[in-house]
Amino acid sequence: MHETDMTKALIMTVRDWYVSQPDPPTIEAIHLVVGQFTCVEPAGLAFAFKAQTHKTFLEGVPLVIRETPLIAFCGPCDRPYHPQIGLQYTCPTCGGAMEDIRSGRELKIERIEYSLEGAKV
Amino acid sequence: MHQTFNAALELNLLHANQEGADHNRAHFDQWGIRCLNLMSSPGAGKTALLERTLAALQQELKIVVIEGDMTTELDADRLRQYGVPVIAINTGRSCHLDSQMVSGGIHTLARDYDPQSVDLVFVENVGNLVCPAEFEVGEHAKVALLSVTEGEDKPLKYPLMFQEADCLLITKMDLAPYLDLDLAQLEANVRQMNPHVTLIPVSAKTGAGLDLWLDWVRSQVQQGAALAMA
Repeated sequence: MHETDMTKALIMTVRDWYVSQPDPPTIEAIHLVVGQFTCVEPAGLAFAFKAQTHKTFLEGVPLVIRETPLIAFCGPCDRPYHPQIGLQYTCPTCGGAMEDIRSGRELKIERIEYSLEGAKV
Repeated sequence: MHQTFNAALELNLLHANQEGADHNRAHFDQWGIRCLNLMSSPGAGKTALLERTLAALQQELKIVVIEGDMTTELDADRLRQYGVPVIAINTGRSCHLDSQMVSGGIHTLARDYDPQSVDLVFVENVGNLVCPAEFEVGEHAKVALLSVTEGEDKPLKYPLMFQEADCLLITKMDLAPYLDLDLAQLEANVRQMNPHVTLIPVSAKTGAGLDLWLDWVRSQVQQGAALAMA
């Protein structure tokens, strides 16, 4: 379950951010981007996050995961295409190998959504 | 009514592991060591390959093995017979090695052995075709093993591992005559996502193909030495 390790890294990063803030913010949501061409299963991350944040400052905070599709770029054809994971990775037009991945390898914490106590509009 | 703000982090989830891997590699570079990360599914023959490799190279190169795939002490003892230091690291129930675990192995290397005299470190990863591909440990090159009994479709099913590999060994070639393996199809599948990989069919049992593998290892060590001189 490498999602457990990744969740640990996620929580540590958010904690670092949290303690570096001048006023303790209320974290409303954490937004992640997870590419389809990674070894990470979003459901596994969501489960691990729920389990590991139990009774911590992140308990109940929604983890919003946006998945990005695998998109490769074929140089000879000069255009992007969608490889079919598990079936075919080559360019459907010319049969060239998948060498240039433009989307699908993301594994990142995009942003933290937060509010400040007493911040009135 | 409260206002919400956004803190844009744009931080990779593997950021900490990547920093650790870069740190490990800096140690290897400082000592003039080439590090190869061996990965495969369980039972593809990583330990058998290492046995043959150590037997062939231990006279000409100073080699250390960092052993992560330790089901029993017997594995490490098998390798120690070749007079090569084997540093066993405790992986617990992890499904892969990460840079922090390998860092522990590097500290043992620095404390108990003379790292300046070492040419080559093999890291034997945990048997798994999925996550080791995602966790760099500080290696200079990745070596993947796929045994003929696993089938030619595996590169399509576990593309990351085969895409990341610098060298792919097709192992247990002595069994190929008894199987319906289509080696040409296997190679075509791998080259879909990794057209430039060095692909070497080998048999640790008969020794077939090992010369090519040993030459590849030597060329890796020479590249490391050339970098250290530069």
